[in-house]
Amino acid sequence: MIIHHPILGPRDAQEFVYLGDASLIGRPDGLTASIEDFHNYTYLRDNPAGAHRELWYHEQGDRSWLVVTRNTLTHEILQVELARDVARAEGRSK
Amino acid sequence: MRYSGFRILKEALTGHKGWGHAWRDPEPQASYDYIIIGGGGHGLATAYYLAKEFKQARIAVLEKGYLGGGNVGRNTTIIRSNYLLDGNEPFYEFSLKLWEGLEQDFNYNAMVSQRGIINLIHTDAARDAATRRGNAMILNGADAELLNRDQVRAMYPFLNFDNARFPIKGALMQRRGGTVRHDAVAWGYARGADGLGVDLIQNCEVTGMRIENGKILGVETSRGFIGAKKVGVAVAGSSSKVMAHAGMRLPMESHVLQAFVSEGLKPLIDGVMTFGAGHFYVSQSDKGGLVFGGDIDGYNSYAQRGNLPVVEDVIEGGMALMPMIGRARLLRTWGGIMDMSMDGSPIIDKTHIDGLYFNGGWCYGGFKATPASGWCFAHLLAKDEPHVTAKAYRFDRFLKGLMIDEKGQGAQPNLH
Repeated sequence: MIIHHPILGPRDAQEFVYLGDASLIGRPDGLTASIEDFHNYTYLRDNPAGAHRELWYHEQGDRSWLVVTRNTLTHEILQVELARDVARAEGRSK
Repeated sequence: MRYSGFRILKEALTGHKGWGHAWRDPEPQASYDYIIIGGGGHGLATAYYLAKEFKQARIAVLEKGYLGGGNVGRNTTIIRSNYLLDGNEPFYEFSLKLWEGLEQDFNYNAMVSQRGIINLIHTDAARDAATRRGNAMILNGADAELLNRDQVRAMYPFLNFDNARFPIKGALMQRRGGTVRHDAVAWGYARGADGLGVDLIQNCEVTGMRIENGKILGVETSRGFIGAKKVGVAVAGSSSKVMAHAGMRLPMESHVLQAFVSEGLKPLIDGVMTFGAGHFYVSQSDKGGLVFGGDIDGYNSYAQRGNLPVVEDVIEGGMALMPMIGRARLLRTWGGIMDMSMDGSPIIDKTHIDGLYFNGGWCYGGFKATPASGWCFAHLLAKDEPHVTAKAYRFDRFLKGLMIDEKGQGAQPNLH
């Protein structure tokens, strides 16, 4: 798989480390969230067959985190964004 | 019909006209007492034991494709019970004992071959870990043996014993481990279940579940609605898709695992060998092909095919362990979809919906578990309580902090 890095251009997926569903960006607030909220965040996944937004870390490159939208049925990569931009758009890390 | 030596003689003398079909191809009835979703190894074993051991009737198995077309037809056929943790080892040892009597039990030649499995050791620390694992196995009634370097060399003289990074210092051996003809497991259970009156319904995909007031009434399928008092789901890599019909999110990701087979070679490896440090394991099929594999690709996938970096990684592992493998040609590679759970261990449990039961999360280790998985799931379906060896395989273990994490990787399915 070739991941089109927003800054570095096309890079081989072997350079990246995979973390999982991009919903992991939305970590609940540790001071207010319930145990169930943290359980759901840590352990439960949508695991869709089709478009999946997921976190990839460019360990062998510029050490950036990316949000890659990829079709899990075909491995086709549909969109690549910097995770920083996604997180900021969701109102995190202001 | 019972298969036997006499039967072969009789059929040979009468032109092989009496064999007939191994199982029926029935139309679905309007309703059943039990519906098992998934006509793979685990689903068919569940239906078989539900009918045979728990004397339940009016059972159907619904399969979206053909029987045994999923992971039971795609694995590398290894059976073993060399687990460490209390939640796992009694279950897998129960499974290995069922394998030992399986062919007589369901009257089918599944080619169960207890040819022995070794896990290679490369360091003192690894020997300590293997000793501990072996003791845990023995305490749970399994067999385990620690081999030194010379004993491994006597078995497999062609290994690269002096690899600079991973020199072979010994191995943990389970002589009762081995291989089984995987398709025959599905066929044997299918034939056995059919003979006990179970309807095996193929080309019947579940497209929805009818749930009212917290109770399941039946399933919507590509062949119409089928009512049921109890529904058991055993669909491996498709677990999240099927359970989404009940509005459930699972502690699971689906990942692709690749496997490989070489051209047929003369007898070379008479057992099963795992090179965990190099992410490679190998056995030799009765047809002569080296059957081998390694790690999952490591990203969510429902594609049943993987990518080349993992092919390269597995074959590098093979070259490091036994350089002669470089002379063999690769015949085929394929992929299967694993339901990778958050702690690397399975779930056999009720759901919050009355009458809906779940069996899944087998990761890449479901084949060896097939008999016990079927038995324990049938036990749960028939008696509404878990089998004694499957008590730890609960949904709520993640909420309660009771994970069964053999590899100690935490909630990171692609590392299990």
